[in-house]
Parts: sequence; structure tokens; C-alpha cells
Amino acid sequence: MDLVNIFVKSIFIDNMVFAYFLGMCSYLAVSKTVKTSFGLGIAVVFVLGITVPVDFLLYKYVLSEGALSWLGEGFKDVDLSFLSFIMFIAVIASMVQLVEMVVEKFAPALYSTLGIFLPLIAVNCAILGGSLFMQERGYETLAEATAFGLGSGIGWLLAIVGIAAIREKLRYSDVPAPLRGLGITFIVTGLMGIAFMSFMGIKL
Amino acid sequence: MNQWKNFSKGFFKENAVFTLLLGMCPTLGVTSSAINGLGMGLATTFVLVMANLVISLIKDFIPEKVRIPAFIVVIATFVTIVEMLMQAYTPALYESLGLFIPLIVVNCIVLGRAEAFASKNSVGASIVDGLGMGLGFAMALTMLGSVRELLGSGKLFNVSIYPEDYGMLVFVLAPGAFIALGYMIAIIDKMKKA
Repeated sequence: MDLVNIFVKSIFIDNMVFAYFLGMCSYLAVSKTVKTSFGLGIAVVFVLGITVPVDFLLYKYVLSEGALSWLGEGFKDVDLSFLSFIMFIAVIASMVQLVEMVVEKFAPALYSTLGIFLPLIAVNCAILGGSLFMQERGYETLAEATAFGLGSGIGWLLAIVGIAAIREKLRYSDVPAPLRGLGITFIVTGLMGIAFMSFMGIKL
Repeated sequence: MNQWKNFSKGFFKENAVFTLLLGMCPTLGVTSSAINGLGMGLATTFVLVMANLVISLIKDFIPEKVRIPAFIVVIATFVTIVEMLMQAYTPALYESLGLFIPLIVVNCIVLGRAEAFASKNSVGASIVDGLGMGLGFAMALTMLGSVRELLGSGKLFNVSIYPEDYGMLVFVLAPGAFIALGYMIAIIDKMKKA
């Protein structure tokens, strides 16, 4: 019940793109065709679904205040939470490296289309943002953190595939010259955001 | 002369927000008011200058293959410093910027300048580049913040311009950021062509 709520909420209400503007760089750069944006979206879902639970375990058992008490009495007061960004970023960078290797080996066609953007997932703020939100909102169990990570990733996937589909159609419409390209993309994103605002307040 | 060109390119010709479209997340996320935009811009400027300085100093010692993680660690260090300083001296701003301060780590502008400029140029030039890029970013954020604050709540830098009841709430919320930035990019594009 609670898990479903977290999952649905992170897809629609707390959508990474429309509510928190995370992952905008790749959202704008890779959303020209549905096919590539779907590939990148899947990569983001995968990386978020792994890094959020890993960072959760790291935070719970190593970094937060008193987390090291399993090592013995002397470690009871140790608070390493100031190290959390650096640790989170390191976990993310190594996970991305792993995903890159897996994709290169098993889906070379996808690898050649995504090209430069796979390593860029490491600096995609949606990924780090996911871990930081997990820390800030204080999810209590591994299952909750996983549901949140997957939900956020799917929300991001939904947003990028949606905008890519709209941009494919926009090519055939008569957009005023200065707005062409990014201007209209931003405005359409704004309108999509207004539509997503109507999900606010839903509880499952 | 050359240094001046290096400094001023960050404002117009290579402005990070309006022409290169880097650093979009903080640009949209924190600009619900002019003050927030300015604060974020200055924090990023500090990180950019310090990271450019350190990276241009150590560039000859970092092996080619691990340069990106090395740069990220340098950047993350300065971001942690900025966060602690802001928490201590500007607690109100720290509260309203929230999550976006740690997210400076993954701001593409900072890593982009480290990779494209500081890792190839001298210390002096890198500092000037960081300062120009950072202040250009701060300018863009303040402009966007002012537009949104004025349209959304009828204020500018917290000074009331017209009654708040006439404001359009949507400009303070997320979708308004996209729409305002979309039109600003269009206006700048038009000005550049004219």
C-alpha cells in the first residue's frame, strides 16, 4: 500500500522533470527522436533503480549519525553524513561505468546511438538528485528506497519520451522563427508541466 | 585585451544559460525570485573560480584516463565548502535553495569549464574564465528570477511593485519557469540576429 503510493507519487506528482527540473541537460539534448530518448530513459531508470538502494544502504549503515555502532561501542557517536555527496557521486560514477560496459557488450546499436550521453549520466542531476531526495525524505526501508528510485526513473522516462514525441510532430508545424528549436521546447515542457500539476494531491 | 575578451565572453557570446544551455537544473529550479537567482549565481561563481584555479594547477599531474573523477572530487570539495559557508552565514538563502546547493556538483557548467578550459590553460586565464562564466550565469539567473518574481507575485527583490492579487501564480511554480525561459531564449535569439 505504502510502497505503491511512493511509486506512483514519484512518477506523477514529484516528477523529476516537471516538479524539480532535474536532468534537464540530457532532457533537452537527447529528446529529438523517440527512439534515442527511450534508450536514455531506460538507462536512467536502470541507474536510478540501482544507485538509490545502494546509496540508501551506504547512508543507513555507514554515513548517518550513529550508523557505525555495529562496529562497536567506540563508533557510536561517529557522524559521517558530511561525506554523503562525495560518496554518492562516487557510487554513481562507478555504476554508470558498469552500465556503459554492459550496454556496449550486449546492445552495441544502442551504444552507438547514445554515444556521449551514457558517460554523461554520471553528471545527470536526476541521478544525484534521486539519492539526495532519498536522504532528505528519510525513507525507512530498502523497499521504499527502491520503489522511489524506480518510480523517479520511470517518471523521467515518461517525460523525455513525451517531449520527444511532441518534438517529432513539431517539425511539421509553423513555429515563429525565434522560437524554433529550444524556445518552443521549453514552452511545450511548461504546458506539459501544467498538465502534470493536475495530478497533485492524489493519494493511493 | 585578450583577458578582457576571455572575461566578457561569458556574458553574451558564450553565455552558459542562453546560448550553451548548460546548467539548466539550477537555472529553472531556484529562480522563483530574483534574490534566490543571484545567490545561486554567486555560489556557482565561487565554485567555478576555485575549481578552475585548482584544476589548472594540478592538470599536469592527473593521468588522462581518470581526469573526470578527479575533477568531480575537486568540484565536490568546493561545493561542500560553499554549502557549509552558506549554512553558517546566510541561513535563509540556504533554506530556500535547499537541494540545489549540493547539485552544483553536477552542474554541467562547472565540469564543462574544467574540461574545456582549465585543463588546457594557465592559472590566470582559468580564473578569469571562471569569473566571467560565473558572473554571466549569475546575470542570467537574476534576470530570469526577476521576470518570474515580477509576473508571479508582483514584487522585485522583495519590493512590491503591484498588488500581489494580480500576479500569475503559475510563474512562481515549475511550469512558469519553462515558459518564461522559453520566451527569454527567443528574445535573445531575435536580438542576436538583428
